Amino acid sequence: MVKYILKRLLIAFPMLLVMALLTFVLMQKTAGNYYDLLKMDPRVSPETVERYVRLYQLDRPVLVQFLSWAKNLFRLEFGYSFYYNIPVKNVIAGRLLNTFILSFASILVTWLIAIPLGTFAALNRNRFWDRFIQTCSYFALSTPSFFLAMLLLYLGSRSGWIPLGGMRSAHYAELSLAGKCFDLLGHLIIPVAALSVASIGALQRIMRGNMLEVLGQQYILTARAKGLPEHRVIFRHALRNALNPLVTLLGYEFSSLLSGAALIEIICSWPGLGSLMLTAVRSKDVYLVMASFMMGGVLFLIGNLLADILLARLDPRIRYERLS
Amino acid sequence: MKDYHKSEFQIALGSFLRNRAAVVCLWVLGLLYAGAIFADFLAPYSYQNEDRDYSYCEPTRVHVRDEEGRWQRPFVYGMTVSFDQYHKRVYQEDRARKYPVEFFVQGDEYRPLGLLSSKLRLFGVAPEGRIHVLGADSRGRDLFSRILYGGRISLSIGLLGVAISFSIGLLVGGIAGYYGGRVDNILMRVCEMFMMVPGFYLLLALRSVVPANFNSMQVYISIVVILSFIGWAGLARIIRGMCLSLREREFVLAAKSMGVSDLGIIVKHVLPHTISYSIIAVMLSIPGYILAESALSLIGLGIQDPYASWGNLLSEAMGILQIQFAPWILIPGLFILVTVMCFNVIGDCLRDVLDPKIKKL
Repeated sequence: MVKYILKRLLIAFPMLLVMALLTFVLMQKTAGNYYDLLKMDPRVSPETVERYVRLYQLDRPVLVQFLSWAKNLFRLEFGYSFYYNIPVKNVIAGRLLNTFILSFASILVTWLIAIPLGTFAALNRNRFWDRFIQTCSYFALSTPSFFLAMLLLYLGSRSGWIPLGGMRSAHYAELSLAGKCFDLLGHLIIPVAALSVASIGALQRIMRGNMLEVLGQQYILTARAKGLPEHRVIFRHALRNALNPLVTLLGYEFSSLLSGAALIEIICSWPGLGSLMLTAVRSKDVYLVMASFMMGGVLFLIGNLLADILLARLDPRIRYERLS
Repeated sequence: MKDYHKSEFQIALGSFLRNRAAVVCLWVLGLLYAGAIFADFLAPYSYQNEDRDYSYCEPTRVHVRDEEGRWQRPFVYGMTVSFDQYHKRVYQEDRARKYPVEFFVQGDEYRPLGLLSSKLRLFGVAPEGRIHVLGADSRGRDLFSRILYGGRISLSIGLLGVAISFSIGLLVGGIAGYYGGRVDNILMRVCEMFMMVPGFYLLLALRSVVPANFNSMQVYISIVVILSFIGWAGLARIIRGMCLSLREREFVLAAKSMGVSDLGIIVKHVLPHTISYSIIAVMLSIPGYILAESALSLIGLGIQDPYASWGNLLSEAMGILQIQFAPWILIPGLFILVTVMCFNVIGDCLRDVLDPKIKKL
């Protein structure tokens, strides 16, 4: 298994670097860098700008810049943020945690709701509740998450019960530990709801389909024929097998959440990687963009890898050699 | 069962038309596209007609009875603005100023196809008054008009983006699948590279490449190009999988022995076999383009003011205060939702119709 993981990483890493190179060249080759913007600021003397440009080697050829950046990657140094004036990794570390909290919470909510819902719908196939759930999930699927977030913000502002925007209340520091957790949970409501609704709709449909397929299998007939109680047939025999294919989805969802979360982060002013990326792109903070970019790619890789490993663990028929 | 004399296409069309939801969605989409195409005529104002006195003015109420309760032809009142103790604008109908709603009026000038000049608009009120069916935005521009004009960008970007990315995806997938071996290997690694980076980050990174001094048309085109640049990889992989098995079929051998060039075989003989999958994929991926454009415009990196797109219109709703005091600026989101849903319903229906392998569960 270790061999398989290493092989996967070995293929993926150069690809990530090539992608990074492309972005880097594109970002540097186009007009303007961070200090061009700074030059327009009358409070900053041209000499200072000149010094910084030389310090960060912005006057060197693009390829040289990239190579020195890539070399530092191996020492886990991601460069220096122009905008925040501290090393990029210090900026990113905190933001990454916040994005993780948000992504993890919405994956949790999505799965905890969608799996029972899909199972329930499959068991009540074509009856009223199944139809109802399917219609609702159609709407849920088609609702853009950013629009939903805005709607929720509107409803929240009307009711005044849910905290709007941000991650913490103003009085967060004074709260007890339990109060802090509660405060965080409150702030999670809107972004998590906005992120989860569409995925619940999608996942529920897939779960329903899987469950229906499994329920048609012969081993279910066998289980029923030998007189097992219905709940045992469903939870022991059907559900486990229906869940298997969903595990791959978990990995993909992990990476897409990162990207989908970005927009929600911006709208709900959640201090995560997405909103960081936006400011970085706007201010041409090259190294910050590159680092966020790499981080996204790495998370995607990890997500997919985890999914494959989990799948192989759950389903002994899958061998690692065949996965690649 | 009298289907035996019908072609496959006719059978598919027949069962598509029997799906009521899909037909309704087709009509709705038709209306939306018509609204966008004839925006000049249907919208009471041009997209940049602004009146700062009507900033965040609520949707105008159209009255049919006057103060004394007499029935009249539809009319609107002029609005006067005052500020409450929080310096929030409060609009009140000015009963003294009454403007009947007129049809086929002379309004803002427009040039259909850039040739003729016309001022004819479907409805409107006298220039002293203003009619905002869906309210007004921060600069007092008519939201309804801007939604119609915005549809031109939001609705066309999906079609254009899909057209470009599908041509690339089909070609790359076809070539990779047909040749196999090393070509396949390299092309698929390239695809994976694009799929590896989270779409939104790639979008942001690519957008940062577009020069700031581009005019709106150039920005529009570059957004289309960026979106299709991101979107082709997924399709290419699937098409490649199909072509891998298709190239082993006899008709490919026949074409080869007749001396058709490789590219000819790919384009004329192999790819047409993937058409039913492609049609479904096109329908189901158009919403992705519409959403991506909206997302980009939403955060201010897409279509720029004064030009309108639905995402750009929604960007006014980025602040909680604006949402709270002028909830009608959320309406463009409703249009996005409806469009996305229509494409989804039609795509799903097409899948049922065109792909008999996927049984309806």
